[in-house]
Amino acid sequence: MGEFVLRRVLWVIPVIVTVAAVTFFLMYRAPGGPWDRDKELPAATLRSLNARFGLDKPLWVNPDEAAVRWQEGDRNPLWIARGYLDGRFPNYMIGVFQGDLGPSYASKGAENVQDLIARKFPVSAKLGLVAIIFAVVVGVPLGVIAALRQNTWVDYLSLTMSTVGVSVPTFVSGLLLLLFLSQTFSYSPIRSPEQWAGFGPSYLLPGIVLGLGTMSYIARLTRTSMLEIKRQDFVRTARAKGLNGQAVVNRHMLRNALIPIVTILGPAAADLVTGSIIIESIFGAPGLGREFVESIAKRDYSVIMGTAVFYAVLVAVANVVVDLSYGLVDPRIRFGR
Amino acid sequence: MVQDQTVSRPAPPIAAPVIPTAPATPAVPATPTLAGALTTRAPRSLWTDAWRQFRRNKLALLGAVYLVFLFFVGVFAPLISPHNPVQSDLQEAGRYRQAAWIETDDPSSTGTWSYPLGTDGNGRDVFSRLVYGTRISLVVGFIPMAVIMLIGIPIGLLAGFAGGRLDNTLMRVTDVVYAFPALLFFIIMQISFGDTAFGELLNGLVLLFITLSIINWTGVARLVRGQTLALKEKEFVEAARASGSDSVRLVARHILPNTLGTIIVAGAFVVPGAIIAEAVLTYLGIGLRPDVNLDAPFPTSWGQMIQAGQAAYRNQAWLLIAPSLAVAGITLAFTFVGDGLRDALDPREQF
Repeated sequence: MGEFVLRRVLWVIPVIVTVAAVTFFLMYRAPGGPWDRDKELPAATLRSLNARFGLDKPLWVNPDEAAVRWQEGDRNPLWIARGYLDGRFPNYMIGVFQGDLGPSYASKGAENVQDLIARKFPVSAKLGLVAIIFAVVVGVPLGVIAALRQNTWVDYLSLTMSTVGVSVPTFVSGLLLLLFLSQTFSYSPIRSPEQWAGFGPSYLLPGIVLGLGTMSYIARLTRTSMLEIKRQDFVRTARAKGLNGQAVVNRHMLRNALIPIVTILGPAAADLVTGSIIIESIFGAPGLGREFVESIAKRDYSVIMGTAVFYAVLVAVANVVVDLSYGLVDPRIRFGR
Repeated sequence: MVQDQTVSRPAPPIAAPVIPTAPATPAVPATPTLAGALTTRAPRSLWTDAWRQFRRNKLALLGAVYLVFLFFVGVFAPLISPHNPVQSDLQEAGRYRQAAWIETDDPSSTGTWSYPLGTDGNGRDVFSRLVYGTRISLVVGFIPMAVIMLIGIPIGLLAGFAGGRLDNTLMRVTDVVYAFPALLFFIIMQISFGDTAFGELLNGLVLLFITLSIINWTGVARLVRGQTLALKEKEFVEAARASGSDSVRLVARHILPNTLGTIIVAGAFVVPGAIIAEAVLTYLGIGLRPDVNLDAPFPTSWGQMIQAGQAAYRNQAWLLIAPSLAVAGITLAFTFVGDGLRDALDPREQF
């Protein structure tokens, strides 16, 4: 058990390395640079900007820097080795593991990417929280009711809703909902920055739209597993003992039916991350997703890289937590051999 | 290897992890006389059974019919569309003519049936653009799926059957792919290659095919691998081996046919994913670029129309509604078909 947990947790490291490396090299070879402006910057300015952000360094290793450090007289092998590794790629990778994602070029280095993430992510996290709460609080009862009233209109209604929710992408349903609300109720998604500051009603609509897909998936999953459990022997036994229906549903069926739902929380994390990129842009929420989209337009490569790495870490960690929680939720699942 | 599978990604405990479909082709063909003696009706193959099951599902049938309809719309787009999808009608430019059934006080923007869904800001017919947009959605959905299958199935079979280093590598790669949200990777690929000569091939379609394939083959490979692992322990494979089949024959004749059901179901869910990815990327402005040639075969996509529609929906709501409904319709149709196929081909894998 302990070994499994350790292995599972440590596996996150190569995943992060791979994601960061892939992102780095794709961005490295992307055409255009962070200093592309309508009016070309003078060569001297470019040189000083590049020097300031270490963009003039070699890609892999930097023997010159090692030589300089050697000549300065310091013989500490770690110090020399770090000089040898003073290339752009090693620097970036070392930075990632120190939580340093480099400066945001669009801000001319005034803000680091990790600070930008810290500033923007809370809005996204709050949206994600609303989405998850909505998904579970609506999805589970919808699935349970559908399964208990199988093949009635309630079942068909819930099934139709969840099928639509699973298949229609949130950016389409979000846009259509926004259009509908703005035409019938003159609803406007525009909010002042103060309204996003706390945890106010501004989060309600975008959060719900963000959670639509997960909610529908949970509803479908709950329905399927409830239907399966309905026919189990232990449910019949519980009923035969004379327990009332409510107790059988709550204590015997639901408890078992909810186990599979834990399994989708990992993929759901990835869904919410990618969903928030679109939803925040549609609803104008000042979160990390919208920042990501804006940094694409600004060609702010360090923000694009940093955000991608951050999201990948988030999803990887969510997957680990979900994997580890199986054993807690369902004692029948044992880790290891 | 079995242990590895349960540990790295435990399947939902209620549904058994990997359940092969019933063998499609019995290892030793039953002699017709024996079959005839035992049953009065002709033996039905898995595929006949699946088709009967599929037909019973009305929604799946509806979805399939709709997809066939879209296929013909795409093929015969020039005959269906009343106007050229790229050419601006200068008379209409900037007027945002409404959809045909919406009447306004202004005669220059009130609906008319010569523009069934109205016009966009450049005076182009929305209906014609919608019809042509079908082409991109279908191409973007099916071509990557074909590539994914061509890569994923052989690798999955090989990894599952031979095991060893290839199997380990495959599992590690899929682990990384699981952690990297697909849309993020697509975005980064588009930024990195979008402005190169290669990225501009066919307005970015080629790059999009490659991007979509790179990520998605791993899912299919993993699925096929799991099936192969389970199938190669089955008695009918053992029997075939005992009667002298070599590995190639074992895989090609006995294992592959039995994974086809799962593969087809997976394919039905890969296609809408690719269609959505194209729409999202283009909506973000980093997917396909608009074509200005009057006789372009792929002039626009629904993603582009949604992007344009969002900017102007206050002037002309159907600019946004029409392409949104089109995307919603095609993804819904694929879900219906996919659900139907799963019930028909993979009866025990309910989710």
